Amino acid sequence: MAGSNNPKPTPPRWLLAELTYKCPLQCPYCSNPLDYAQHNSEISTEDWKRVLSQARKMGAVQLGFSGGEPLSRQDLPELVEHARQLGYYTNLITSGYGLNEERIIQLKEAGLDHIQLSIQASTQELNDHIAGTVSYENKKAVAHLIKKHGYPMVLCVVIHRENIHQMQQILEMAEELGADYVELANTQYYGWAHKNRDLLMPTKEQYETAEAIAQAYKEQVADKMKIYYIIPDFHEDRPKACMNGWGTTFLTIAPDGVALPCHSARELPGLDCPNVNDFSIEQIWNDSKAFNFFRGYEWMKEPCRSCDEKEKDFGGCRCQAYLLTGDMYSTDPVCSKSPDHRLIDDAIHTARISALSSDEKPLIFRNSKNSKKHTLNS
Amino acid sequence: MTLNPDLTITFSPMHRLQWEEAQQKDVILYPEGMVELNQSSAEILKLCDGSRKLEQIVADLEQKFSTRGLINDVTSFLEVALNNGWIKQP
Repeated sequence: MAGSNNPKPTPPRWLLAELTYKCPLQCPYCSNPLDYAQHNSEISTEDWKRVLSQARKMGAVQLGFSGGEPLSRQDLPELVEHARQLGYYTNLITSGYGLNEERIIQLKEAGLDHIQLSIQASTQELNDHIAGTVSYENKKAVAHLIKKHGYPMVLCVVIHRENIHQMQQILEMAEELGADYVELANTQYYGWAHKNRDLLMPTKEQYETAEAIAQAYKEQVADKMKIYYIIPDFHEDRPKACMNGWGTTFLTIAPDGVALPCHSARELPGLDCPNVNDFSIEQIWNDSKAFNFFRGYEWMKEPCRSCDEKEKDFGGCRCQAYLLTGDMYSTDPVCSKSPDHRLIDDAIHTARISALSSDEKPLIFRNSKNSKKHTLNS
Repeated sequence: MTLNPDLTITFSPMHRLQWEEAQQKDVILYPEGMVELNQSSAEILKLCDGSRKLEQIVADLEQKFSTRGLINDVTSFLEVALNNGWIKQP
């Protein structure tokens, strides 16, 4: 075990329930693992209820129903009702696909607190291209229904090179749809996004223009719509405090019952992530190898180990360190103190060349065919 | 936004105020977020039920805690609450 065995970890606060990897959309920046097609088993309704009860007892209070597309689980209303009775704040994180008025009412009656709806762009053509599925008009109709039935609504737009020029129009669309919050999530390069990085990463100039537009809009709509701007960490000189520290706050349960300290942790080698069918949430959180792996500071290498900022950013993201350097113990290369920081500059440079060239390769969309192809090749 | 003393104050329907046993404190829950409250903030917010104006909230708190002179503290907290969207006025 690499991490220190902290005798008293803080309890989980945030539970992400990835109910399924099934999704009608094919977004090329999906955070699900590339090999998701080989993890196709799903735990039962009763298993989920047990997990929700155990995590709630430990202190988890924010609950995200996610996926894949969580609406493709027919037991979603039953799980929402169970969660709400336990006192969770229940968030549905959805593409909106398959959400009609009847289901919106049914979920409201079950106690759903909030719906986060993704939309891929401000125009039908681009939205449907990125989603890989005709979905734009349906998403707008769903947004109106969400507000009609009194839910707080977060509109989530993942930002990348293909839609970053629409920043102004995206914000206008969000305001028009009555979003209470809009999350402008600059793509984080894990899973499918890592694979498509050269095609997704905007240039520095594009980021700067888009951020200025978002900042100006933020002031303009301050009273009615909150704007969350998720920073593109490749252009920062310090890494993000990933997961608020490993095993301190966040618990993800994958569709097959595997418990993960972050939703990308499946990509890391040798963690032996435990399954909820074998252990209780309390055992998993407190005692499992995976959740203790990067707890505390003992696992760190230099320059993190002696860094006076380690308590602020925890060395950054383990998955990013692994994907870029091949060593999950190394400093997140986003940090300008990292000996591998040039990898970030290289990535930005390569993406820029790709952006300026006329013969870009096509995006690899997230679907079972491409997932199986990846599994065979790796 | 500033607080209007002539209007009633209501806790926002877009948020939830809840006692958390595990944390032994009241919290405000909203989409993907949580604010932990100290006891006095929680007591103030619990009185924002749409029936009271500022003056009444202060009077009720002063009576409950057998004290006086809370007007400034309560007003400044409620202004923070208003600007965070935790409370509404008609």
